Amino acid sequence: MTTLAFFDSIPWEMILWAAGKSLFVIFGVVLPLVSYTVYAERRVSAAIQDRVGPNRTGFPTTLLGFKKDLQLFLGGLGQPIADAMKFILKEDFTPAGVKHFYFWLAPCLAMLPLVSLAFIPFGSSLFGEKMVIANVNVGVLGIFAVTGCSVYAIVLAGWASNSKYPFLGGIRSSSQMIAYELSMGLSIIPVLMLFGSMNLSDLVQYQADNGWLLLPLWGNGLSTERWLMLIPLTISFIIFMIAVFAETNRLPFDMPESETELVAGYHTEYGSMKFALFFLGEYAAMIVGSALMVVFFFGGWHIPLIPDGNGVGGLSFLHALPDWVWGIVNITAFFGKVAVILVFFIWVRWTLPRFRFDQLMKLGWLYLFEIALANIFLAAAVLAFTSN
Amino acid sequence: MNPILFYLFSILMLGFGIAVVANRNPVASAMSLVVSFFCLAALYVGLDAYFLASIQVVVYAGAVMVLFLFIIMLLDLKAEQRRKFNKLAIGGGALVALAFAAQLVGVLGSHPRGDKPFPELKLPVGESLNDLQHVGETLFSLHTLPFQVIGVLILVATIGVIVISKRELK
Repeated sequence: MTTLAFFDSIPWEMILWAAGKSLFVIFGVVLPLVSYTVYAERRVSAAIQDRVGPNRTGFPTTLLGFKKDLQLFLGGLGQPIADAMKFILKEDFTPAGVKHFYFWLAPCLAMLPLVSLAFIPFGSSLFGEKMVIANVNVGVLGIFAVTGCSVYAIVLAGWASNSKYPFLGGIRSSSQMIAYELSMGLSIIPVLMLFGSMNLSDLVQYQADNGWLLLPLWGNGLSTERWLMLIPLTISFIIFMIAVFAETNRLPFDMPESETELVAGYHTEYGSMKFALFFLGEYAAMIVGSALMVVFFFGGWHIPLIPDGNGVGGLSFLHALPDWVWGIVNITAFFGKVAVILVFFIWVRWTLPRFRFDQLMKLGWLYLFEIALANIFLAAAVLAFTSN
Repeated sequence: MNPILFYLFSILMLGFGIAVVANRNPVASAMSLVVSFFCLAALYVGLDAYFLASIQVVVYAGAVMVLFLFIIMLLDLKAEQRRKFNKLAIGGGALVALAFAAQLVGVLGSHPRGDKPFPELKLPVGESLNDLQHVGETLFSLHTLPFQVIGVLILVATIGVIVISKRELK
């Protein structure tokens, strides 16, 4: 093959679109969303505990001799920027006796949850291009593949630190993640049985045409089948949500880093930006979990009566505006729904006490797993009953 | 599949496969095996076998190797690193490997199809490849009985593991 023919054989347009979408999703949306989720966590926890929280950080105009910092429009919105600066500028300290290679590798692997965003449709379409990075037929499996591998970061961090508490945190985390991965995978099967495909873009399109899985109010959603399926789907949703809490190590299930028992769990020995990467990874995993809930159960980018980016559906007078406006509205709607679920995550963290480790294992193996398994048969029975 | 990507992932896979055997540290071996699995999954993706690639990562990298790592970390790592090389075992292993390679070369060289490339596989016109659906349909129509027999076998193995591990606890 000559060099020229080789360059022609590379699908440049596809590569550019994929790179553009990846860069947009990761740097334009998810990393800002992560930092502002941390900010939201601090403000919501403050509100729940009747405090004020960080409400002052603005542009540091005091450095230039002014009397006050320049406030952004809500006050405190500069806090994530200040946090990031602090993490970057701190001394990067590596304790003696750690396994260096794995000690460095673990925080890098902690950012792995971002990969699963490639499979999630974050919008309908913009200028005729589908707003999903990898539109493959095995989207669901791909996400579970990435989720299954995200345990390595925690296990390696715990082991490489060469210290008691991180090791305990790592061991706890691997058994917890294995236990809840099963319930998570099984709880999604009723959704796949109803829909009959693993392509997440098609799943969202189906919900846009026929009613969200948990809100079947239009199209095919008004059939007996869909309303009867609400029973197994609601059970699926609850199990999936609990499993996401466990997979992302959020309180009630934050065993790997429970502060009162394990200092800080697997990242006890980490500081500066390496610790920040674990922190970002945890919040990125939360965003992925919320995005999955939105895609599976709450119609993804779809809002009723609003057309999609191809100018299909919705109220007819809205078509007066160009299609790309609605494409952007769809993307905003998706991340808006994700934000609502993120606030729910935070709310739960500051409301519920922590489980004990044996209770956690018992809940995962003895209840959630069995209920998820029985739920599949319930869904099959409903589908068989209504198809006649 | 782009030949450059094929050679890249093949070399990476084989390299990390050798690292699994060559490493003295069991955790390093296990992590090399994980990377090797990922490269194999990448090769599957290059063949448009997305389902197989995902399953490869879910089952091997996501479940089996996590359990391996879990066990390795609970065991004493120092014993393996301190162990001396057994020269006789290395010689014997090399001999067996060489004999196997020679036999492989002999069989592949004598096979009549080996001297011409495979015909290119073409999908029926207007049909997109949905490997997930194809695998499911084949598994539940053509191979239903073997599939169910394997299910029963795995169930037996699971029950056996539970019985044995419970007995040790007493």
